[in-house]
Amino acid sequence: MKPGDRVKLTTSEGTFEGTLLPRPALLSSDITVLKLKTGYNIGIESKKIEKRTVLQEYQTPVPVRAKIVHDPALPTVAILSTGGTIASRVDYRTGGVYADYSAEDFVMMCPELSKIANIKAVKVMSMMSEDAVAADWQKMAEAILESLKTADGVVITHGTDTMHFTSSVLSFLLENLTKPVIITGAQRSIDRGSSDAFMNLMCSIKAAASWDGACVTICMHGTISDDYCTLLRGTKVRKMHTSRRDAFRAINDEPLARVYANGRIEITNQEYPKRHEGKTSLRELDNRVGIITTYPDIEPAIFEEHAKRAKGLIIVATGLGNLPLHNKKTVKQALQKISKKIPLFICSQTLYGRVNPSVYANLRELSIEIGATYLSDMLPETAYAKLMVALTCKNTKEFMKTNIAGEFTTRELDDAFLR
Amino acid sequence: MATSKITCGLEIHQQVDTKKLFCECPSLVQENRPEYTVTRNLRAVVGETGEIDIAAAQQAMKGKHYLYECNDENACLIDLDEEPPRNMREEALTVAIQVGKLFNAQFVDEVQVMRKTVVDGSNTTGFQRTSLVAMNGTIESKHGPITIPTVILEEDSGRIIKDENERTMFRLDRLGIPLLEISTGPDIHSPDECAEVAEKIGRILRSCNVKRGLGTIRQDVNVSIEGGTRVEIKGAQDLALLPKLVELEALRQENLLEIKKELEKRGVKSIMTQIQDLSSTLSRSQSNVISGALNNKGAVLGIRVQNCKGLIGKEVQPKRRLGTELSDRAKTAASVKGLFHSDELPNYGITDGEIAAITKKLECAPQDAFILVADTKEKSELALRAAIQRLNDAIKGVPKEVRRANEDGTTTFLRMMPGAARLYPETDVLPIRLTKKRIDAIALPELLDHKITRYEKLGLGKDLAELAANSEHASLFETFVKKFNKLKTAYIAEILLTTEKNIRRQFNIAITPNAEDFETLLTALSEEKISKESVLDILKEKKPVKEILGKYALLSDRELELEVKKIVDANKGMPINGRIGKAMQQLRGKASGQKIVELIKKNS
Repeated sequence: MKPGDRVKLTTSEGTFEGTLLPRPALLSSDITVLKLKTGYNIGIESKKIEKRTVLQEYQTPVPVRAKIVHDPALPTVAILSTGGTIASRVDYRTGGVYADYSAEDFVMMCPELSKIANIKAVKVMSMMSEDAVAADWQKMAEAILESLKTADGVVITHGTDTMHFTSSVLSFLLENLTKPVIITGAQRSIDRGSSDAFMNLMCSIKAAASWDGACVTICMHGTISDDYCTLLRGTKVRKMHTSRRDAFRAINDEPLARVYANGRIEITNQEYPKRHEGKTSLRELDNRVGIITTYPDIEPAIFEEHAKRAKGLIIVATGLGNLPLHNKKTVKQALQKISKKIPLFICSQTLYGRVNPSVYANLRELSIEIGATYLSDMLPETAYAKLMVALTCKNTKEFMKTNIAGEFTTRELDDAFLR
Repeated sequence: MATSKITCGLEIHQQVDTKKLFCECPSLVQENRPEYTVTRNLRAVVGETGEIDIAAAQQAMKGKHYLYECNDENACLIDLDEEPPRNMREEALTVAIQVGKLFNAQFVDEVQVMRKTVVDGSNTTGFQRTSLVAMNGTIESKHGPITIPTVILEEDSGRIIKDENERTMFRLDRLGIPLLEISTGPDIHSPDECAEVAEKIGRILRSCNVKRGLGTIRQDVNVSIEGGTRVEIKGAQDLALLPKLVELEALRQENLLEIKKELEKRGVKSIMTQIQDLSSTLSRSQSNVISGALNNKGAVLGIRVQNCKGLIGKEVQPKRRLGTELSDRAKTAASVKGLFHSDELPNYGITDGEIAAITKKLECAPQDAFILVADTKEKSELALRAAIQRLNDAIKGVPKEVRRANEDGTTTFLRMMPGAARLYPETDVLPIRLTKKRIDAIALPELLDHKITRYEKLGLGKDLAELAANSEHASLFETFVKKFNKLKTAYIAEILLTTEKNIRRQFNIAITPNAEDFETLLTALSEEKISKESVLDILKEKKPVKEILGKYALLSDRELELEVKKIVDANKGMPINGRIGKAMQQLRGKASGQKIVELIKKNS
């Protein structure tokens, strides 16, 4: 007797016929779950069941595949799937989620896609985005490089939690990108008619097919309505809400464009690299980077502990880039000690605005005396991603200070705050 | 009048009087202006069997979008499908368990919350959260036992505000309110019995903590006749309409079966027909619909329907023909405004000459009918395909449909009857264990009938007792009866139950006094600080009673005498009745009438 079988269960209270369902892990195992003919699931105490009969064995559903016709008039877009809820399907009989990632599946899920571009789908990996490690990013970058040989643009489907880490890492890994790389995902699972996945995919494929930019961007809902998606620079973006579909926001930057479901692209910020001829190459990654968020009564040993493994440290400080150096002499001592071995970089917890190495005595101590590098208006996650690449470069500090993928802005305008 | 044997089952939906089922919003339906709106599209994601023809389903939903009206007071991100649900509200489940016990039903050991796919936009998620709490209950009707196969606790859907061709507007105040669904088995066999059972279930539900008033209980009824099919009719808000709905559905099924018989007689086995473009044939038509579509770069498409002359125009319910049913399907499938069929022409600006031209173009024989749709070419084609499907259903008899109740007791097509595959688990909500201990610990509420009898014994007349027992103020009434033993029970009941209505009728003012207002008012009455005459005046001010009570305080005997003297002095020479009138007018509510008269007489 296995999940999916049609069964008859006899208990002291009566007879129940239905489909046996799997019991999710972490729920108490003394309940048997049955889907009745009405479609409702009920839980029955297993110990009450006196007799179990299998009426019909479960057969794995054969997914229906849409046929795709190649249209030579349309651009070609590669969809690289990496996992997350966006490209999974629900077995409505058992409620289980199973994943399949062929182009046919995407087109079947959203038939309009085949009218926007010819789609080539590649399954790169299948992971929850919070599990991403450096090797995964390297693998994604290689897959992008391969796909760009034949496609006009690349879409990556990704879990949303660490999407902005990935967009940053890829921004630095891909050197001289000639076409757009669009990362997208879903905040609502695709089993529901209201999922944001469909519009996100349509807009992403549209952008990959015909936007004139050549950089890594995130393309997700711009509002909680199904109005448009925003294209957000991969190094200036962050997930700012746990569950809203417009969780991704440009920080210290304006969204690059609005992409509407009907295919219209409205440019909202001209500052981005354009498509061009040329050869894209890959940089490398070293994951020995630490990231420490400081707080008023921080224990100095935390810095030292991190420094044992890390070859570089991102310190997410308060305000303009402050650390408790005066009250806690030990913090200063710890930092002085480790700064002799590894480079230290300062970003701010405020996320918005720029750190400044010289407005207060404290900041000067940190920048001049200890030698920490202030990273202007770079986001902490972006700094973390960049440092992984910088560690593989000849001059790490110099690479960190150079604007590689729009991670610094030189002027902050009123519009860029809390949008 | 239908004469066949009728079989009915009921589905009673009753709102529970707690906060919303999966969030912390109050269950507050209101007519305030929406503070903001959200627009969404919905997509077909699952069909009847789990494997669906998404392309076809999607085509039907194309271009349709949904506007949700929101107020912060009663809708949050969970209602907007922007945040995962919280766990199921315990108080609402408690009410479901009480109801299950009152029907002698058998409880599941663990309640599993399901997602029921809904594609009409009434749920922002695209599904309704629903859970089976108990099974196999019964109640008695005059004609014998009625089974209650399921007691379900689910979330209510969004309230429809406006339905336009390409856009439907909903308000989110109702979305998420806990809703009990009580179904009966197919054990009811007459329109009157249907009303009796619905009434009886309603009374049992109103013994529990449920909402009262218009829109808080809705009855769906399943009807079939011998040889017919189970058809579900949704949205009867008024119990009095139920017998008529059943009666007219039985009639409809009889007429559809007659059409089936006639089609058999004419040898129609299936409707196979080619869709043809009649745009050029009708290019000069004076019909507004046709010229409108053609001027808008649309098309007029038509089909020949073999051997069906006279049948499309056949009435199936008062003023509703088979043609109306074809039109309903076309509207739903393609968002067109409607269709024309030959049985209703010439009319609507379509002339005899044009009919002849259409007949010729479609190669119709004298016994054939035809159907036209004018809209964009794409929509017209979809609409005709839907009509053809409905015609093919007519050959089989009565299609399995969900229909919406109209006010006159007729019904309109809503959607095809969905299958069980519409349900799959809600993985964001934990299942809830129902142990015997937990169920036993939940006390049964006092039954409504018992409560009415008890209120009669307290001194209420039959009607007032019934009103009080059914009211949301019932528990307040009981508290006040104990507290204010100087006041008559019936007087307390009247203040709680009839003043709102009186003020609405007399002054056209809607008031919503709260428990504190009532208590302040009754305290003042009990302590004889205000007069009974002031009650309506106080409440119709629509202000917290304690703030305005002072204005209405009764005068002391000395104060009153001084006031009366002033009035007498000011109206010297006026007959005594005139003075009484003046005094009554000026001192209304400040002293009892009797006292005023006495004092005027004494001082005149």
